[in-house]
Amino acid sequence: MQSIDLSTTPLREMNATLQAQKDQTNATHWEIHNPRGAHAIAVGLDAPIEVTVRGSTGYYCAGMNKQATVHVTGSVGPGVAENMMSGTVIIDGDASQYAGATGRGGLLVIKGNAASRCGISMKGIDIVVQGNIGHMSAFMGQAGNLVVCGDAGDALGDSLYEARLFVRGTVKSLGADCIEKEMRPEHLEILRDLLARAGIDATPEEFRRYGSARKLYNFDIDNAAAY
Amino acid sequence: MTTHDKTIPQTVPIQSATFSNPINAEIRRAAATGIYDIRGGGAKRRVPHFDDLLFLGASISRYPLEGYREKCDTRVTLGTRFAKKPIELDIPVTIAGMSFGALSAQAKEALGRGASAAGTSTTTGDGGMTPEERGHSTKLVYQYLPSRYGMNPDDLRRADAIEVVVGQGAKPGGGGMLLGQKISDRVAEMRTLPKGIDQRSACRHPDWTGPDDLEIKILELREITGWQVPIYVKVGGTRPYYDTALAVKAGADVVVLDGMQGGTAATQDVFIEHVGLPTLACIRPAVRALQDMGLHREVQLVVSGGIRTGADVAKALALGADAVAIGTAALIALGDNDPKWEAEYQKLGTTTGAYDDWHEGRDPAGITTQDPELAARLDPIEAGRRLRNYLKVMTLEAQTIARACGHNHLHNLEPEDLCALTMEAAAMAQVPLAGTDWYPGKPGSGY
Repeated sequence: MQSIDLSTTPLREMNATLQAQKDQTNATHWEIHNPRGAHAIAVGLDAPIEVTVRGSTGYYCAGMNKQATVHVTGSVGPGVAENMMSGTVIIDGDASQYAGATGRGGLLVIKGNAASRCGISMKGIDIVVQGNIGHMSAFMGQAGNLVVCGDAGDALGDSLYEARLFVRGTVKSLGADCIEKEMRPEHLEILRDLLARAGIDATPEEFRRYGSARKLYNFDIDNAAAY
Repeated sequence: MTTHDKTIPQTVPIQSATFSNPINAEIRRAAATGIYDIRGGGAKRRVPHFDDLLFLGASISRYPLEGYREKCDTRVTLGTRFAKKPIELDIPVTIAGMSFGALSAQAKEALGRGASAAGTSTTTGDGGMTPEERGHSTKLVYQYLPSRYGMNPDDLRRADAIEVVVGQGAKPGGGGMLLGQKISDRVAEMRTLPKGIDQRSACRHPDWTGPDDLEIKILELREITGWQVPIYVKVGGTRPYYDTALAVKAGADVVVLDGMQGGTAATQDVFIEHVGLPTLACIRPAVRALQDMGLHREVQLVVSGGIRTGADVAKALALGADAVAIGTAALIALGDNDPKWEAEYQKLGTTTGAYDDWHEGRDPAGITTQDPELAARLDPIEAGRRLRNYLKVMTLEAQTIARACGHNHLHNLEPEDLCALTMEAAAMAQVPLAGTDWYPGKPGSGY
């Protein structure tokens, strides 16, 4: 286990050290101590390493992650795992706005709640939130899956493209062009797999599925009120 | 008043200046279709521009440099503030961001070839980085846009600079638009979207809002790229003093400022013509912001929007810019709106010089299209050569003017080399009206 103390090590040095790890590295386990809400911790990683951040972070923790598993024992600020490509990011606490924004792959697990715009513009990432999510989540979501074990706020899935949304609790309101859809067996299978990978004990049949009505895909003056 | 009595002198029919024929045509078009007019390009209306400025040239008080004999340097370095590897360009004319999707792959390749041959940079757009573009561009600026289409850390690290796009001159405050007919299989795959849908890019970034967030976003981008490459911030011409100051405060190495004549691939005509400032009105406030922060020349200013000639380049630099960027002019150099396609423009209901339906994907010149047959009309090698020639000519023209003003580097051009032909241009450029020592708003003048 390699250890980096952010109270004595500059952010640049910490990120450079983690970014320097290659596929075949022997230093596969890292611990970051004293993050103290610092921004841009463990960003741009590209190796199959496991990084545990002991504490809470600021903005963009694990941004653009590839391959790595980043585990934050506290809560995270805005934009955790933004534009993640692959790998896994696990947050034990809560996540602020834009969690998983524009993510293109990988799995983001938030064991607490996620604030507004969770999964905004998601492009293939899978996000599993054990708690609730805030308003405008999955706005313009293009691909991937957003699983919410609690409740969803206002305007879920506004202007949604092809991302799949699964919510176990209530949805305060659906956004423009987002509708409830039939939960077919293949969706239950996707959900079961995601819940298992996230380590969350929940029954897929308790969830409802939401997706795009695809009515805003091409401009129509009769839909102008929805734009 | 008219009368049917032909023995009485008649008044002539008078067209309304308010309800002109173009306005009436637009009313009829809107009534028939129920959709606003969408087009490409920048503002077509007449606005105060570089044409309204003149260089004074040398005289007894200043002596000129000998053309072709005495050196007039054109090199510029962008990103000297924080980046370990600033971009060093042979000429201060760069290629502005234009996406693969809006443009064909051949056109993007041609832009890269031409820019590289001229010793300057080109820029990606709202659709990610293509291998052709990277391969043919010795210096490539990677745009970081609200849509984040195709965004990935590998391309980020392959870039020579990163441009965080906050806005553009054609539509400050607006997002992008790529209509379904241009979403080919390849474009759809790069953008993770279904083929054939209208692709709307958001107007705001998904994971930051405001200058304080931007500072943290720039920190993240620098951490991912090891603080190696410059970070540009591009803004549309709206509040140039404050936008420049805030971009600098957020940590930008370079500010790119795009006036309303700057083009877009597609947006509403009403947006293009009625939102934003003319390029001429943007430069002095931006320069003043840099000067007030003590960072003029340390944070470089790139100006775009309606740059066409070496004279425009020289005037922008004289007003305080470090470099310019061209988009529409570069497309024309490649072959856009070329008279040889007039018959086809006529079939599309337009004419050479007026073709702006770039969003429809039916460009006869094969530039603003994803149609394989049309795109194949553009030879990227030949088009790249034309662009290289054009860039060289612009540079020679700017050098000619600089020497005539007695300067051995384009960056030594200064506002004192200029005068204005109109009150408006004098006020915007803050240079004297021709033949006077006064301009509107001059400190101490009382006006």
